[in-house]
Amino acid sequence: MTRGSSSWSFREEDASRIGSMLNGLLREANARTALLVDRTGQMLATVGEEPRFDPVAFASLTAADFSANDQLARMLGENEFGALFHQGERDSLYLADIARRVILVVIFDNRTTLGLVKLRVRTTVERLAALFTEMFAREAAGEGVTRMDTGFVGEAEDEIDKLFGS
Amino acid sequence: MSLINYASREINCKLVYYGPGLGGKTTNLEYIYEKVAPASKGKMISLATETERTLFFDFLPVDLGTIRGFKTRFHLYTVPGQVYYNASRKLILKGVDGVVYVGDSQLERMEANLESMQNLYDNMAQHGLDLTRLPFVIQYNKRDLPNAAPIQVLQDALNPGWPVEDPSRQRPLTDPNRPGEMLVQESDGMWIERAPYFEAVALRGDGVFDTLRAVSKLVLKTLG
Repeated sequence: MTRGSSSWSFREEDASRIGSMLNGLLREANARTALLVDRTGQMLATVGEEPRFDPVAFASLTAADFSANDQLARMLGENEFGALFHQGERDSLYLADIARRVILVVIFDNRTTLGLVKLRVRTTVERLAALFTEMFAREAAGEGVTRMDTGFVGEAEDEIDKLFGS
Repeated sequence: MSLINYASREINCKLVYYGPGLGGKTTNLEYIYEKVAPASKGKMISLATETERTLFFDFLPVDLGTIRGFKTRFHLYTVPGQVYYNASRKLILKGVDGVVYVGDSQLERMEANLESMQNLYDNMAQHGLDLTRLPFVIQYNKRDLPNAAPIQVLQDALNPGWPVEDPSRQRPLTDPNRPGEMLVQESDGMWIERAPYFEAVALRGDGVFDTLRAVSKLVLKTLG
């Protein structure tokens, strides 16, 4: 049995490079929180103010939001909508695609403007896209697919039996 | 797509419940949500219509806890079963690690079952995935109803098996959940594999955790 479509791993050095890029973005855009979510709905990174919401649910909905909008774009004859904006009374969201596999979400309020956020996101997206392309190339070369040690599967199975009844 | 995040020391796996409309996919998730200890589950999200039909998906994260230093979590999704929501169904399958097909045992729903199974194979193929090579289990739901078809009828229609081409796998494999039944066997000179199946009455929880346990173990094996 094989693993899902495109399993990949996220290393600590990747996280620290991403963290510093996102911190720079928040500073320059005067935004509150930046999150990275992959297109299948999993949270990759959170930087800035700790979100007050459930990040797991947020990631799942972000991916669904982007996917649904992708389909809308195709109906218009567009390849994709590269970015989405959701305006709230206090907090707003700006979402941008990175290399077709990851979504950058920026949460900001009225201390900044949409224009500034868009401007800063554009340069960050380019830098992140380069980094992710490198990560995907590493994975395609077979370096990314790591196996958990054999003890992991055994222990995980025990936990499944405990949690889901045996 | 199982994601191993070494930075946050997390492993996330995506399980998708697929099947015809009103077959019990959401009911499976609702039962799991009700029974799993509060500390092990996240918020359940349902994007449904006013009449509680799934519009886009239901989502339930379940934490296995920290295993060898990795916080391990399953993301459970359902798809909308109604035929015309295929665009949504296809989106949810993106990055799937394991599939549960929830069939409706009622004889009258046989055609809907078949259509949904075919749709599952097609949508997986469009993502470049081969269902027969991924963790995949079948649940026959609503076994308590008087018009439920016999298991053999359901098996013949929905789980007839696929040829095993890899010579190293051409050997008898018993079904660990069903003594005396085979998952891989030779028939008329050909090796055939079937998906593990479970009987269920999801409304009262029968078979719900058996199904979940089986598919999640299959997914974990692919990580090791």
